[in-house]
Amino acid sequence: MKKKTKHGWLLTVFFSILSVLYLYPILLVFINSFKKKAYISKFPFKIPTDNMFVGLENYIRGIEKTGLISAFGWSLFITIGSVAAIILCCSMCAWYISRVHTKFTSFLYLLCLFAMIVPFQMEMYTLSKVANMLHLGNPWGIIIIYLGFGAGLSVFMFTGFMKSIPLEIEEAAMIDGCTPLQTYFKIVMPITKPTCVTVTILQAMWVWNDYLLPSLVLDTRKYKTIPIAVQYLKGGYGSVDMGAMMGTLVLAIVPIIIFYLACQKYIIEGVVAGAVKG
Amino acid sequence: MEKAIKKHFPIFVLPTLIAFTIGFIVPFLLGIYLSFCKFTTVTDGKFVGLKNYMKILDDPTFLHAMWYTALFTIVSVLLINVLAFAVAILLTKGIKGTNIFRTVFFMPNLIGGIVLGYVWQLLLNGILAKVERTLTYSSVYGFWGLVILMCWQQVGYMMIIYISGIQNIPGELIEAAKIDGASSRQVLKSVIIPMVMPSITICTFLTLTNGFKLFDQNLALTNGAPSKMSELLALNIYNTFYGRPGYEGVGQAKAVIFFIIVGVIAVIQNKLTRSKEVQQ
Repeated sequence: MKKKTKHGWLLTVFFSILSVLYLYPILLVFINSFKKKAYISKFPFKIPTDNMFVGLENYIRGIEKTGLISAFGWSLFITIGSVAAIILCCSMCAWYISRVHTKFTSFLYLLCLFAMIVPFQMEMYTLSKVANMLHLGNPWGIIIIYLGFGAGLSVFMFTGFMKSIPLEIEEAAMIDGCTPLQTYFKIVMPITKPTCVTVTILQAMWVWNDYLLPSLVLDTRKYKTIPIAVQYLKGGYGSVDMGAMMGTLVLAIVPIIIFYLACQKYIIEGVVAGAVKG
Repeated sequence: MEKAIKKHFPIFVLPTLIAFTIGFIVPFLLGIYLSFCKFTTVTDGKFVGLKNYMKILDDPTFLHAMWYTALFTIVSVLLINVLAFAVAILLTKGIKGTNIFRTVFFMPNLIGGIVLGYVWQLLLNGILAKVERTLTYSSVYGFWGLVILMCWQQVGYMMIIYISGIQNIPGELIEAAKIDGASSRQVLKSVIIPMVMPSITICTFLTLTNGFKLFDQNLALTNGAPSKMSELLALNIYNTFYGRPGYEGVGQAKAVIFFIIVGVIAVIQNKLTRSKEVQQ
């Protein structure tokens, strides 16, 4: 059925204006990132001209003050490491839960459901102390914590999908002599791909942007992630260096936008699929 | 088959189970226990019964944060869902540029709360400067600033979910209603809304819990200023833990109450909207 729309062009104009307004806050930060820091708070809406314009000075100062380059590296390392660990371990665990029916597995499944509604504040203090005692305050250790904390949602989503895979395929593989591990990696994992994409996107969005957990667990003098680096500019006493702040914000936003434009289709599909199952 | 898999328990389940124990089970149980203790670190807890919970009653900031959060959540849930649904309806009419608009509206979701908080601080303070105010002048500014920020961030996400819900409605259903003489308002009320009820369940659930658990944006935008008046619950708990030495136990007790509130809301909301869903 082809839908006919009256006044379609009017809506297009309306949404075009709305889109520009929507992007305006980010544009404003971009404009201000070229302004001398003293002028930013005073004249945020003026275009930087002549004596206001400072070129890339704000960016350089932002990078130097926050150690943004290494923060970007650590963010990337932690996000990729955590998501890979979550995908591999949680999908394996979910397969076990959906194929082995004991009291223990159904209890574990319920526990994962329960973990999804517990707010982080409930665990924040004790988790940071436990992590400290076990010496997990580094980018490798935090991956274990993300695996544990992300397990609730991920195991839940994987189990939901695996229950719908017909058993016959796996049984046939086992009869032909596959061990459970071979069956899992050769048969189950490939079928689960769509759910892997969904879980990857939801968890990557969470881990990349997470501020509180790494700020409490990581040794932030040595390792910063991007949100920590941004918040670090605000920290301490005295006024904030608005110039460095603007530069840092732009540098924090640009990679995400590039990534988003490149993988838009998967991201939106992932969000829809995640919402339907959640 | 079950037996063969069962033997591989250490490979399949153990890694997740260990991480889950460290990252969730132990901190959770320890958290509940410590809410009844006086402590400065997790190993020196002394049992004090309900004292921590009694102390919360003397803390006006917690009660204020509770109301502030409840109000904020109600306003933001209503606004976000109504706006997202309206945009979704308009963007499924097949107008030119739909894909671009969708891309633009969804984008803010990928940017972290801390970054967004500072982006909006610049814009809102710039606007408020025209009337010689700032965001931290009163908690009212902080409140609406946060509402605007959250709408801006989340409308796109919810819109995507509503769009997929609307697109899943069989075309014949709407056509049949139109042939039977339903006006477009009646189609919306009697066909579209009941059919997208599952999406409404999900979106209200997500916005509710996001609103209640909001932390990063609150921290970056106002950090509770002026004098803790724009503090949401999550930030209030954080400040009790890390801002007041000797109050760790009280912070943990607040966290337990917070957990119970979030849990109860999640369960009630799920029951309420699920009961309104129709079978497709």
